[in-house]
Amino acid sequence: MNEYITLSLILFTIGAVGVLVRRNAIIVFMCIELMLNATNLAFVSFSRQHGNLDGQVAAFFVMVVAAAEVVVGLSIIVSIYRARRTTSVDDSNLLKS
Amino acid sequence: MLDLQWLLIAIPLASGALLLVWGKESDRFGHLIGTAASAASFVLGVIFFINLLGKDGEDRSHAVSLFTWIDAGTFHVEMSFVYDQLSALFVLLITGVGTLIHVYSIGYMEHDERRRRFFAFLNIFIAAMLTLVLAGDYLVLFLGWEGVGLASYLLIGFWQHKPSAAAAAKKAFVVNRVGDIGMALAIMLMFAQFGTSAIAAVNAAAPGATDTVTTSLGLLLLLGACGKSAQVPLQSWLLDAMEGPTPVSALIHAATMVTAGVYLVVRSNAIFDASEAARTAVIVVGLVTLLAGAWIGCAKDDIKKALAGSTMSQIGYMMLAAGLGPAGYAFAIFHLITHGFFKANMFLGAGSVMHGMDDDVDMRHYGGLRTMMPVTFVTFGLGYLAIIGVPPFAGFWSKDKIIEAAFGQNFWVGAGALLGAGVTAFYMTRLMIMTFLSEKRWREDVHPHESPRVMTWPLIGLAALSALGGILLLGDWIVEWLEPVVGHAEHHELAVPAIVLTLIITAVVALGVAGAALFYRREPIAAETPADSSVSLLARAGRHELYGNELNEAVVVRPTRHLTRFLVWLDGMGIDGFVTGLADRLGDTSQFLRKPQTGYVRSYALTMFAGVAIVVLCLLAVTLA
Amino acid sequence: MTPFWILAPVMVIAALGLIFARKAVHAALALAVVMISLAVLYAAQGAPFLFAVQIIVYTGAIMMLFLFVLMLVGVDSSDAVRETIAGQRFFAAVIGLVFGITAVIAIGQTVSGAVVGLTDANENGNPYGLAELLFGKYVLAFEFTSALLITAALGAMVLAHKERLTPRHSQADIAARRMREYAESGRHPGPLPTPGVFARHNAVDTPALLPDGTPLESSISQSIVDRGQVRSEGREAVESVLQDLEGEDGSGTLGGEK
Repeated sequence: MNEYITLSLILFTIGAVGVLVRRNAIIVFMCIELMLNATNLAFVSFSRQHGNLDGQVAAFFVMVVAAAEVVVGLSIIVSIYRARRTTSVDDSNLLKS
Repeated sequence: MLDLQWLLIAIPLASGALLLVWGKESDRFGHLIGTAASAASFVLGVIFFINLLGKDGEDRSHAVSLFTWIDAGTFHVEMSFVYDQLSALFVLLITGVGTLIHVYSIGYMEHDERRRRFFAFLNIFIAAMLTLVLAGDYLVLFLGWEGVGLASYLLIGFWQHKPSAAAAAKKAFVVNRVGDIGMALAIMLMFAQFGTSAIAAVNAAAPGATDTVTTSLGLLLLLGACGKSAQVPLQSWLLDAMEGPTPVSALIHAATMVTAGVYLVVRSNAIFDASEAARTAVIVVGLVTLLAGAWIGCAKDDIKKALAGSTMSQIGYMMLAAGLGPAGYAFAIFHLITHGFFKANMFLGAGSVMHGMDDDVDMRHYGGLRTMMPVTFVTFGLGYLAIIGVPPFAGFWSKDKIIEAAFGQNFWVGAGALLGAGVTAFYMTRLMIMTFLSEKRWREDVHPHESPRVMTWPLIGLAALSALGGILLLGDWIVEWLEPVVGHAEHHELAVPAIVLTLIITAVVALGVAGAALFYRREPIAAETPADSSVSLLARAGRHELYGNELNEAVVVRPTRHLTRFLVWLDGMGIDGFVTGLADRLGDTSQFLRKPQTGYVRSYALTMFAGVAIVVLCLLAVTLA
Repeated sequence: MTPFWILAPVMVIAALGLIFARKAVHAALALAVVMISLAVLYAAQGAPFLFAVQIIVYTGAIMMLFLFVLMLVGVDSSDAVRETIAGQRFFAAVIGLVFGITAVIAIGQTVSGAVVGLTDANENGNPYGLAELLFGKYVLAFEFTSALLITAALGAMVLAHKERLTPRHSQADIAARRMREYAESGRHPGPLPTPGVFARHNAVDTPALLPDGTPLESSISQSIVDRGQVRSEGREAVESVLQDLEGEDGSGTLGGEK
């Protein structure tokens, strides 16, 4: 049981660091997906521990929402790319003071 | 009738205000209004005096309160005036000599386009001086005190366009201010100790107060008196004040304002009687000033400055007498009055001489004027005889009595006064010789002539008073007259009979005259002032007014200037620096704080993640605990 | 247990590959590896339904979506190695380590207690149990997420929509334009030749040959030409075939008297 949680946390951390370090917007998105998947693993593990399926239902919903989010996010990236011909997250820094 | 004593003040005050406000229209007759106002006050003064004469000795003090000036809790001051024997004499002196000087000024200031304002200021002065002597409360006295200071400032600096006159006016005011601190502190002390500043009440309470209080009061009042009367150490302004027109020098800086200090001491006699230390201080101040003024008078070639030194010295005599207690008060006042006569006389005479010599004040350019200006010469001469103390002129009687009383107190004080008399004779004879009796040393284009009647008639009047002023002592009249005010004096037995002392004094005076005559008759007087290096050390010190100005500069002016510069620096560096520095630091802080606003999403994400890490750490801390 | 211990290192290495890969496509592939491994772990933990859904939805649909967009956006684009923000990598590593270690210690330690297991819950089959919850306890959430999906689809359409800036050319317009060009500049109005006409090779990168054997550049797609991947065997092949045709019996169908 603990090992699943540990694995989940390790994956989550790697995903978080990836978000901070990568500049390509799509890769950042993929790291976020990694984080979501890590939480799914945790949900399923807890559901096994508690003996009811609520955790799995939660994981299911996470997947649905993640799908919707990916759809919208990628279309945003596409439209930004069309406008600016760049996918680097560093290029949208107009809030710089 | 004596309830109307406030009119004495109101008439000149109203006249002065009227002349100032009326403006240029009244230029043609303004001087006449001013003189009339002064004359009216004189007439009233005579009437009141006669009224007072008709009363008994003890009844001769009449107090009147016009209104309540200040009423704030326990602080209660009435605008009260008191007309008694002492103030009666002063009123006559001020208004009488004042009116004569007003008349003189009509002629003296004839060619000055601001003559009307001059008369307005003179009137204001008369009003303020009368407030001073008629005051029944020390605060009212202070009101008059400050008023004469203001009038003095306005009149010394009357010729505003001259920087030296403006500087002299400022100096007079500032040095007087130092004395005024003493006056103000004395009044505050009176309130603190006695709960009142009414003169009668304070004088009644003084004998019962502690030594510390009476000594402090005495010394503070003395400080005020030193400022107003140009006594050492506040004497530096008087010689500079000669920048003002000569009538001003005559009225203010000879006859009246400078005597206000003596008046103050005599009026506060109860305080001084109660404190021997204060009395001693007065005597010392008087003695030192007496000798210092005489020293300076010997070395000055400016006729007005020589007379100013003489004034300083004579007031020293008055102070000395006042410090002797009841034995000397009456003689101080007597000398004050006679000095008023002959000093005003001589100042007006000097003005007459200057008028004839194209306004030149340097005695080195005079000489032989007795033939060209006979009236001036005779009147001046009478004044001269009076001041050196030749019997039967006024000065003889007053000075003789003072020296006698001084010897009665202490041998050395008397000796000092005696020496002063001799030196007085010396420098006055020097003045007479240089101006009237020696060979002509006139400059080119100078045609000395006698002054017009409007100027010579006051001279004649004052000369007569100088000659006959001794009447006041007839039968000890003045002593008896003032006794209810100043107290009774015990007679000290002198080491020598009075007549012997008088002879000694006369001998010393004669020595002084002879010395001057020999000194200045032997060789021709130089037409220009010799350089400092060629005269003796004593003469050099006298010329520089005993280095009084240098002392003031070093002890007061320069440290104050350093202090103000330091404070300015402190303000600029410290306070401004602090404030702008605060603003700058704030700016720097905001510059520092804006650095995290990079605009990069990733750095914001890093910050967020760091926050999450902290939360998790807290979780760990909680679970471990 | 065993599937876990085999797959866990794989997943961690793949995740690290995701964040360290230079090319975007490699990163996508690494993520796919992680997702499939996760599916297996779900199966190992008694969640067969999620195992299937993970592979179908996540790996099959979402990762494909990622790859499509990558193609669209630039599959060659790779991040520069140098980091532009000062201290970002260092602090990201440090904080990541701190977070990871603390989380593992803090949260990992608190999880304790017996594992109940899902045998009872999966009594009627895992989908049955899930359906019971989904349409029972969580029906409202179910409805909302479906609304969310519809909205997301609409949103994507709106965001990705591209307005035509020029009017659409009809067939007649294209034909007219071709004729005009032929009239003005002599450009051939017919269709372009197809690649690899010669029977030896029929690949898209083999150019067609003109009757005299020279390869025709315009028969190859422009993108292949730009990439410089045009195969240039045409000439030699023609020579060798001609040899064959001539050299079998000396009297080939081409050349020689017959």
